[in-house]
Order: sequence, then structure tokens, then C-alpha cells
Amino acid sequence: MWKWLHPYANPEITYHFTGKLTPWFTWLSIILLAIGLTWALLFAPADYQQGESFRIFYIHVPAAILSMSIYVGMAIAAFSGLVWQLKLADASAAALAPVGAVFTAIALITGAAWGKPMWGTWWIWDARLTSELILLFLYLGVIALHNAFEDKALAGKAAGILAIVGVINIPIIKYSVEWWNTLHQGATVSKFGKPAMSADMYWPFLFCFFGFAFFVAAVTCLRFKTEILSRNSMRPWVKALVKEEIK
Amino acid sequence: MMSINIPSYRQAFMLMLKRDLTIALRHKDDIFNPLLFFIIVVTLFPLGIGPEASTLSRIAPGIIWVAALLATLLSLDRLFKADFADGSLEQMMLIPQPLFIIVLAKIIAHWLITGLPLIFIAPVLAVLLHLNENSYGALMITLLIGTPVLSFIGAIGVALTVGIKKGGVLLSLIVLPLYIPVLIFATSAIDTAAMNLPYSGQVAIIGALFFTSFTLAPFAVSAALKVSTN
Repeated sequence: MWKWLHPYANPEITYHFTGKLTPWFTWLSIILLAIGLTWALLFAPADYQQGESFRIFYIHVPAAILSMSIYVGMAIAAFSGLVWQLKLADASAAALAPVGAVFTAIALITGAAWGKPMWGTWWIWDARLTSELILLFLYLGVIALHNAFEDKALAGKAAGILAIVGVINIPIIKYSVEWWNTLHQGATVSKFGKPAMSADMYWPFLFCFFGFAFFVAAVTCLRFKTEILSRNSMRPWVKALVKEEIK
Repeated sequence: MMSINIPSYRQAFMLMLKRDLTIALRHKDDIFNPLLFFIIVVTLFPLGIGPEASTLSRIAPGIIWVAALLATLLSLDRLFKADFADGSLEQMMLIPQPLFIIVLAKIIAHWLITGLPLIFIAPVLAVLLHLNENSYGALMITLLIGTPVLSFIGAIGVALTVGIKKGGVLLSLIVLPLYIPVLIFATSAIDTAAMNLPYSGQVAIIGALFFTSFTLAPFAVSAALKVSTN
């Protein structure tokens, strides 16, 4: 069962494999985002309550979903790196962290921009907003720890441990923030209070979501390739690659 | 043939605990400085916010807990730093007993040195902040169960950053977000107690956090120390 996975422990093979995947992800993301965003921003019906400002939903929600899934993905990669001593898994966790942080920031900023017309304020201490903010802190901690080490292999391991500790904490934090919110301020402005979405809003959302997901995949592949190169910069195959590039 | 007497797990634990406590008692600054910091931080709040008793008693639980968090954070460094600097940490990792035991002893020693004194001084500060009379029990209980959690979680952060030269700020960036659940449940227990309502639910959750961190954190610390000492 593991036989087909085995060659990918070799950085060189994985590097070239990732290189082949990258254009696919990039083009898929460009096509899906082009269709999805045009559809969402120009043709999808406006919300009957929120009007046009509802359209930020098509960026905000994919970013929020991805920000959380990227953290889980990073923790899974870090865990397999720790348990099976896969160096490349550590590298992929390191590649994912900044991407996740950026998507968390996008979710927060678009959320604030959406909150201003809807709730009349940029920020409320709503449970979801607060836990998203804490998620951003967790990402920044992982990134800062990763940058603090000179040796990238060690950095990957240390950041991986922190990511795993963080992923155990995320449900606790989320739950505690929700409780804190209900205790301290009662029911605030309710979030998206509406039943299932209609199909003509749902389809552009799906396009946008998968467009952003493939965008994450493409960017992560690029970062992953860079990580592999920087960790193996003394290897002959990397030197050969560089020589070819210079010619 | 010489037979080497290998101490049992319990003996190793007690030895480590005694060693760390002895070192701390000989450097009394380690005990008093975080305590002094705790007192000063709490004093700053009334000066910044104003002396009205009603305002102060409303925010007293938060102030005391945030100050306790910061004081713990400040004292975390001494957990592994000195041992790392003089090389004894690496020797400890070579001991035949599992690293888990050593780490557990060190964390408990750290809590006895820095967490426990906070609990004794906290009621005095609560008086200064006009904490609601019903809340004292909750304050003591949450501090008693909550500060060990801070030591356990903080130990993971220290173990990760001990090898880094300027680890101090990084440590707070890593550890403080993980402290949030303790802060939330502790202050909400104290607030609930002020309203004369039962606060056993919050205490139970802090207890759950305590046992989770008690059992899991030493493993994470051991793994992190192996990375840091490499």
C-alpha cells in the first residue's frame, strides 16, 4: 500500500512532481475564480435584506473556511512529520503557515468591511470574530517560531509541535470564546440569519470556494518547492537545476 | 561486575523536584521578582482607570488574572534556561528514566515557586481592587487549579524557545493565545460567584484543562526539548 507513496520521500522526485502539479492548480484556480467572481459580483442576485454589500460573502466565507482548514492541514502535516520523521511533511507545514495566516487576515478584514454597513461597526466581540482573531495569533506564533531558528529542519520540527498543540487548543478556544460571549454580552447581532441559500447564490459560491482552494494549493506548491530547494541547497541535483537556470 | 543502582521513577521525580526547589530557594529573586511584578501590575490599573470602587470591583477578576498570566509568563524562562545554558539539561535527558518524569518534576517545582505565592498574595490585592465579597472563594479556587495549567502550557513554549537567543518576546507570542481558555473560565467563575450563582461548571472545566495539560503537556515538552537541544 505504501509502495506508491515511497518515492515521494525523496526531495528531488517530490520537487519535480510538485512542479508538474503547480500549473494545473494555477489554471484551475484562475478559471474557477474568473467564472465565480464575475458571476458572484455581477450576475448573482443581491440579498433582499443586505443588498449589494452581501456580495463580499463570496470572498469572506471561502477565506474563513480555508483559514481553518489550512490550520488543520498544517497540523496533520506536522503530526505525520513528527511521527514518521518525514522531513518533507515538515516542509509542507512550513509552506502552509503563511498562506493560512494571510487567509485568516483576509477573512478578518473582509468581515470588518462587511460588518460596517451591516452592523454599523467595524468590530464586535462576537464569538466567531474573536476565535478567528485568536487563530491569526496562533498562525503568527507558528510563523515567528519557524523564523526564529537558523536551521530549517529544526524550525520545521519546532513549529510543527506548536501547530499540533494549537490544533488541540482550537476547539477549546472556540468553545470557551462562545461561552464567554454568551455570558458577557448576551445575544448580539445575529450572524447570517437566513435559511438555506437559493441555487443562484450557491453555485457562484461553490465556484469561488474551489477557486480559492486551488489558489491555496498553487501558492502552497510554489512555497513548498522553495522550501525543498532551500533545505537541499547543498545537494548536487539542486546545483544542477540552478546551473540550468543560469544558462 | 558492578551493579549500578538505578533510582525508581518516584525517586527520580523527588530528586528532580528537590533539586529545583533548592536552587530556587538559594536564588530568592526568582521567587520574589515575579511576585513583585504581579503586585505592581495590579497597582497600575487603578492608577490608569481611576479609583471608583464600582468600576474596580467590576474589572478586578480580569485584572488579577491577566496580571497572574503575565507574572507566570515572566517567570517561565527560569524553567529550562539556566539548565540549558550550563548543559545540565542535556545530561538530564540522558537519564535512563523517561524524560516525562523529569519534565513533570520541573514543571511542578516551577509552579510551587511561582504559582503558589501568587495565590497567597492574590486576596490582598483583591481587597485593594474592591473585589465582590462573594468572589473570594472562586478567586482562590480558580487560581489554585488555573495557575498549574499556566505552568504546564507555558513549559511547552519555553521548551520550544529555549535554544533561541532572543526567545522572550517570541515566548509570549506563542504562549499567550493558548492561555485564553483559562482566563475566560476563571474570570467567568469569579463573576458568577459575585452574583451569588453556582460556579462549579467553570471550575469543572478548569479542572478538565488542568488534567489535560497535566497528562499531555509533559509529552509535548519532551518532544520540544529534543528539538531544542538537538
